Amino acid sequence: MSQTWLAVIGSSAACYALKFLGTVIPQKWLESAKFTRINNLIPIALLTALVSVNVFAEKTKLVIDQRVIGIAAAITLLALKRSFLSVVLGAAVVSALAYKFLF
Amino acid sequence: MGLGQNNGVSVKRDAMGLSFAVGLYGSAFGAAAVANHFSVAQACFLSLVLFSGASQFAVIGVMGAGGAPINAIGTGTLLGLRNALYSLRMKPILQLKGLKRLVGAQLTIDESTGIAVAQLNQKDSIKGFWLTGIGVYFWWNLFTLIGALGAQSIGNPAQWGLDSAVPAAFLALVWPRLTNTKSWVLASAAAILALCLTPIFPAGLPIISCALLALIFGWRA
Repeated sequence: MSQTWLAVIGSSAACYALKFLGTVIPQKWLESAKFTRINNLIPIALLTALVSVNVFAEKTKLVIDQRVIGIAAAITLLALKRSFLSVVLGAAVVSALAYKFLF
Repeated sequence: MGLGQNNGVSVKRDAMGLSFAVGLYGSAFGAAAVANHFSVAQACFLSLVLFSGASQFAVIGVMGAGGAPINAIGTGTLLGLRNALYSLRMKPILQLKGLKRLVGAQLTIDESTGIAVAQLNQKDSIKGFWLTGIGVYFWWNLFTLIGALGAQSIGNPAQWGLDSAVPAAFLALVWPRLTNTKSWVLASAAAILALCLTPIFPAGLPIISCALLALIFGWRA
């Protein structure tokens, strides 16, 4: 099996297991305040790590290219309270232009 | 009585509107997956079977950055943890058995739970859960296919800005969660730590390492 299929099937199985787990475990297991706090912070840590790696990393090297300009456009659109799709599309358009003319 | 009827209508309208709006994002996912060297079938498999936006983006983000499958699975799984909490929350409302319980678990995501818990009575909650869950599932999968096929037919992803669409999607997902100083400090720390670890660790590991920051920041209230 290719590495990609391994990631696809493994993550799908694990995520379904989590969804199902909630229907079988006793209520009190997941109700500690500490668990809830940490669980709410996990997406913030992982998603921002994903942002910075997907903008600045090229495998294990750090680089500056059109993606920096794309993400700057995304930040601007988010600050202007635009929708998810306009943020993603705006970043793509600006990045494509930067790629064509600057890098 | 009249109030109850109005709620029944509005839960249907809310569920349908939200389903379509969220489903549209599926096109961004499908395109981003193909830009990160996933096949159309792999993109569709993730939407059909994993079916949880942030986790799906994480899997393609980690693999696209050159990470090992175990890091992609770990990062996606940590982001899917909250779905277990949603299932727990929905259990007493839905009270499902057998096959319906297996299907209900798959449809337990941010949107279906959000609509369900916003209703004033159990009947509307159940209705809202199923309408939203099935609606998002339908549109999300349809648009994943469209986005993936669209991205497949174009050449170099950078030429179309798809290499920036992925981090922009992550940022748009995390943005609404940045509501206080603590969340901003954590976000900045994670962004910096991930970059500091990038030249040292194998790809993918710097990302999941940042889960430790959530542990540290959340340990005390």
